[in-house]
Amino acid sequence: MHGEHTVISKRRLSGEVYRMEIDAPLVARERKAGQFVIVQCDEDYSERIPLTIADADPAAGTVTLIFQTVGASTHKLALKEPGDSIVLLGPLGNPTHIEKFGWAVCVGGGIGLAPLHPIVKALVEAGNRVTVISGARTAELLIMQEELNALADENIVVTDDGSAGRKALVTEPLGELCAKSPAPDIVVTIGPPIMMKFCAATTKPFGVKTLASLNTIMIDGTGMCGGCRVSVGGQTKFVCVDGPEFDAHEVDWAQMMTRLGAYKDLEQADHDRCHLEMSIEAIEKKNADEGRKS
Amino acid sequence: MSHMDRSNYENSAKIELDRIRSAPLTPKARLAIPVQDMPSQDPSIRRANMGEVATGYTAEQAMVEAERCLQCKNAPCVAGCPVRVDIPGFIGKVREGEFAAAASVIKRTNLLPSICGRVCPQEKQCQLPCTLGKALGGIDKAVQIGRIERFVADYERNAGLLAPPPTAGATGKRVAVVGAGPAGLTCAVDVRRQGHDVVIFEAFHKAGGVMVYGIPEFRLPKALVASEAGVLESMGVNFEMSFLVGRTRRLSSLLGEDGFDAVFVGTGAGLPKFMEIPGENLVGVFSANEYLTRTNLMKAYVKGKAATPLYPSRRVAVLGGGNVAMDAARMALRLGAEEVRVLYRRTREEMPARGEEVIHAMEEGIYFDFLRSPTRVLGDQNGRVVGLEVLAYELGEADDSGRRRPVAIRGSETIAPFDTVIVAVGNESNPLISKTTPELKVDRWGHILVDEKQKTSIERVYAGGDIVLGAATVILAMGEGRRAAAAINEVLQ
Repeated sequence: MHGEHTVISKRRLSGEVYRMEIDAPLVARERKAGQFVIVQCDEDYSERIPLTIADADPAAGTVTLIFQTVGASTHKLALKEPGDSIVLLGPLGNPTHIEKFGWAVCVGGGIGLAPLHPIVKALVEAGNRVTVISGARTAELLIMQEELNALADENIVVTDDGSAGRKALVTEPLGELCAKSPAPDIVVTIGPPIMMKFCAATTKPFGVKTLASLNTIMIDGTGMCGGCRVSVGGQTKFVCVDGPEFDAHEVDWAQMMTRLGAYKDLEQADHDRCHLEMSIEAIEKKNADEGRKS
Repeated sequence: MSHMDRSNYENSAKIELDRIRSAPLTPKARLAIPVQDMPSQDPSIRRANMGEVATGYTAEQAMVEAERCLQCKNAPCVAGCPVRVDIPGFIGKVREGEFAAAASVIKRTNLLPSICGRVCPQEKQCQLPCTLGKALGGIDKAVQIGRIERFVADYERNAGLLAPPPTAGATGKRVAVVGAGPAGLTCAVDVRRQGHDVVIFEAFHKAGGVMVYGIPEFRLPKALVASEAGVLESMGVNFEMSFLVGRTRRLSSLLGEDGFDAVFVGTGAGLPKFMEIPGENLVGVFSANEYLTRTNLMKAYVKGKAATPLYPSRRVAVLGGGNVAMDAARMALRLGAEEVRVLYRRTREEMPARGEEVIHAMEEGIYFDFLRSPTRVLGDQNGRVVGLEVLAYELGEADDSGRRRPVAIRGSETIAPFDTVIVAVGNESNPLISKTTPELKVDRWGHILVDEKQKTSIERVYAGGDIVLGAATVILAMGEGRRAAAAINEVLQ
């Protein structure tokens, strides 16, 4: 039975963030901005995890995935080496609706900058003026900057600790842009749910149309399990077939975040276990540093 | 009811068989042969393991049960079978102890008897019109056709006689089958037999459709489904796994640049339905599809190995009265729930679930709250389920389906504590293929419209199974797959 895909390259972008190119010619050809894939490390006991597509090269037949190691499955994926195979299904979800809106503001937080990249690209290609707001906890976690700088008309960088760009949250420049006249024609936001929630709250008073791309818990990714359901405008929607993008002003963010946390205790335990090795590394390094000082 | 060991059944069957064989059987004596019960794991043991519940007839039991068959000339049982298995024919071979020959008789029309013998609702199909059952005044007295079928199929596999059916010489024609469930697999076999090239496209990483993601291990061992898929592979059927037609490739591309001469769409049931009551998006509410997929396909029950997490459940409510509800309830019990209750709006009589599954569930200690349906899911401050508000019903007039309509009793709401709610009230059709193939005609529920040969509104495109029927059964899906294959073989001649 055929269905495996080969890892072509792997790069560690920062402590917890990896970039992988996967051989998947059909997915590379068919995928559009806003779509995602489901990845599985192997067939028997591995979890199916939804990952957004950061880029694709139809000529080379590859897709680029950028992911953060948050649980046992993403750690296992990070251990795959070029030549290894994984299960990959896609492209899934509806593509982003792209048209010439005029002025588009694209807000990416942390790992969310990866799936923001193809959307920025598509918006630029459609003739929009695009302002990107790149946000991260710290400079080390800012990804896709080279690609975004090359595409966007403007890239506003913010970090929580001020280690790169402004020391601010993404909502600060976003509010400033919305206050301009004319205001942005559309805002697209991808990142941690809490960030998207506050982006929605920021743009709402200005009446700026805002799309958020949701990354919920999923199993099949084809509409069969309903694990990904969210309330949008009071109606239950499936992120995998109705989304992944929704009107950010209509999403029930509190419910979405609660549902994301369904297995949090279990996941946290896994994460801690997976990171034990890294922590030991860090402690050893710290000890070594202190040893040098004394 | 005390539990009988398999060896007890075997011994009584031996004695019975000796008695039958000792003298010519009078018609009256034949009617007096006792129904052979299905040996099963002790309920108190099986409720905590994933092993198969029903362990299958012994050879002697199969032969005794076969002796009960009256070999009716008009064979009403055959008319009751969606794929028209020659039932008196194979039962006649079992009676003579020619089990391999019996298997060949079944295989003429049904390539997956080990599956059908386990999951078909025989009491609504072949066993319903059985003359013996009618004569003895009860459906449970009918010849146990499904149990004999299973015995024959298991005999064939265990004896190493499982062989791929012969295929005709290559025709150079290519057929795409979308979905590796019962409809798709059946269609693939019949088309491949005629010498056409067949590629099955499956979205999941394993073949079998509902037989791997939905029906639990304890009712249909996954190794068995894998071995049946293996037979297809050895016939030269190709499988493209993790391939979503409509997304990875469009239906039109399969027919166009990919050069397929015909396509069969058997994509199965789709989006799970919910009750549409408040609180259904609380953490702890699952569709049965999600609950069962986590445990069956993703093997979440294999602790320490499986990466897919399981929600820790103590008190589980299952909403619905079909096979899927029974599967979910019994799975929850096996995963360690302390109490599992099935809430069903009607009564036992109206339950659509296979009779044997309801009995098995009751034996295992599942509680049934008939004439009850929730009005609201209650949650705590963390958004997690803590209970249900439940409304009582009574039966009123019969509705269009002939079943008496449940009528809510006003003011009868009560609160029941639960930490998990599993919704098993059916599925809507999956919109993916129809959405990406606008010229494919569907009805208002999204089911693909087909003619009597399973042909859709698009030339060379056929469809069958749940995507056409809505929620149906494995065997009905197989029947549709077979009919579509016949039509495809006809046009590709």
